[in-house]
Amino acid sequence: MNHDPYVWGRPDDAVYGAYNHAIANASSHGNVQEETSFPKMNSQQPIITGTSVNSIKFKDGVIVAADNMGSYGSLLRFNNIERIFKVGKETVVGVSGDISDFQQIQRLLDELEITEEIYDNDGGHNLRAPNVHEYLTRVLYNRRSKMDPLWNAVVVAGFNDDKTPFLRYVDLLGVTYGLSAICTGFGAHLAIPLLRQLVPDDKDYQNVTEEQAREAIINCMKVLFYRDARSSDKFTLVTLKQGQPPKFEKDLRCENQNWRFAKDLVGYGSTQL
Amino acid sequence: MSSIGTGYDLSVSTYSPDGRLFQVEYAAKAAENAGLAIGLKCADGIVLAVEKIVQSKLLVKGANRRIMSLDNHVGMVSSGLLADGRHLAKRAREEAQSYRDQYGAPMTMKALIERVAMYEHAYTCYGSVRPFGISTILAGVDKTGPSLYVVEPSGSYYGYRASAVGKGKQLAKTELEKLDLSSITVKQGVMEVARIAHLVHDDNKDGNFELEMTWIGPETKGFHEHVPSQLLQEAEEAAKRALEEAMEED
Repeated sequence: MNHDPYVWGRPDDAVYGAYNHAIANASSHGNVQEETSFPKMNSQQPIITGTSVNSIKFKDGVIVAADNMGSYGSLLRFNNIERIFKVGKETVVGVSGDISDFQQIQRLLDELEITEEIYDNDGGHNLRAPNVHEYLTRVLYNRRSKMDPLWNAVVVAGFNDDKTPFLRYVDLLGVTYGLSAICTGFGAHLAIPLLRQLVPDDKDYQNVTEEQAREAIINCMKVLFYRDARSSDKFTLVTLKQGQPPKFEKDLRCENQNWRFAKDLVGYGSTQL
Repeated sequence: MSSIGTGYDLSVSTYSPDGRLFQVEYAAKAAENAGLAIGLKCADGIVLAVEKIVQSKLLVKGANRRIMSLDNHVGMVSSGLLADGRHLAKRAREEAQSYRDQYGAPMTMKALIERVAMYEHAYTCYGSVRPFGISTILAGVDKTGPSLYVVEPSGSYYGYRASAVGKGKQLAKTELEKLDLSSITVKQGVMEVARIAHLVHDDNKDGNFELEMTWIGPETKGFHEHVPSQLLQEAEEAAKRALEEAMEED
């Protein structure tokens, strides 16, 4: 037994040989060199991910849609993830990217809702989409500045103080922009051109009806299901209309799918010509 | 000079020879003389009300709310020193929030009241602090259903089906006892509480008052919210009518 007061009671190295700390990842007991040889590391990539969030403004509201898939790499791991949620009375947030970071964002916004809406006992709701968006921007930018980002792209939809529709984006870098049609991920490549046909210019959303917007978004969800291998055909669609609570439609399906084009695909694992 | 206290009332860290803590008793007095607050536990929710004496005609009507939300599902009203009430609410909100962070679920009323009462109790244990000068009603609806508690300055708390604190609490409690508390709904509760508040209040002695009322029930989907002004107005008018009828009978 070792009688050195600092390590009293431990096996004596002279008798048993030095302890092999590699066994069961045992702590190196003050061996600073060994403990610090690997630098601190934050997340380098998302793990469980959600794909595109697609959204468009119309005359007196906004439509947001996202599918229910949670992928683990290329494995379609979960098919029941709701990535759009309500904050306050008339705002929704749609999140793509890392699902655990999305859940953290959800917790933060739930807390924000309680401090801003519930504690305020003079009534009236003051937490509107621009406030939620600005808050998220601060959170995401702060985390990227710590080199430990929340790995998401987020769409905030709701209304301005003057009741006009609000739609704005923020991502893991803290980058933000507002447009009449916003899509994240794959949708930014495949769905945006389709939605831009309705709103070629940013202010054109005033001429778009709810039905047109809805049809365009549903079409986008189908196109994305065809071409995005991390997507599913089961999705949630939320309609925000002036003076009404957000309408959530869950478990919608891409209808009238037509896979005839698939037989002409070359490569991607199909027989090479 | 009278002999109350006689040196044993300077600190909460000194008992009197007959085993009392005078400072705690004085704190309870501060709570007894302030505006009446009523809490009611109904079959489907809870109702809270407070009588606000109009101190000045310059005060904005409906402003200076007194009933506070501690979380989505919990309301609190206290009678006594206003600032003490707000401080306690701040602490209770922190407790509810930290519970949410740690357990990912809304705090149960039982857990919350325990924390709040322990906090108040700590202020009866040290010579360097004074006890809270408030009696507090906490009411909420959690996974176990509606519940209602009253905390005293001593840090002791009791669960009730209905209770009242502040000026005229005895009369209010007597009226509450007459209600059928096992089957009453929040809608009926609002009417009864308004009636009792108007009955207990003495316009000649205390001046005009404003009635503030909140509830949790089927209409609010489990959230603690103010009773809609239209319903509150109806309740107050019905209360005044009932009082006038009773006067005529006498």
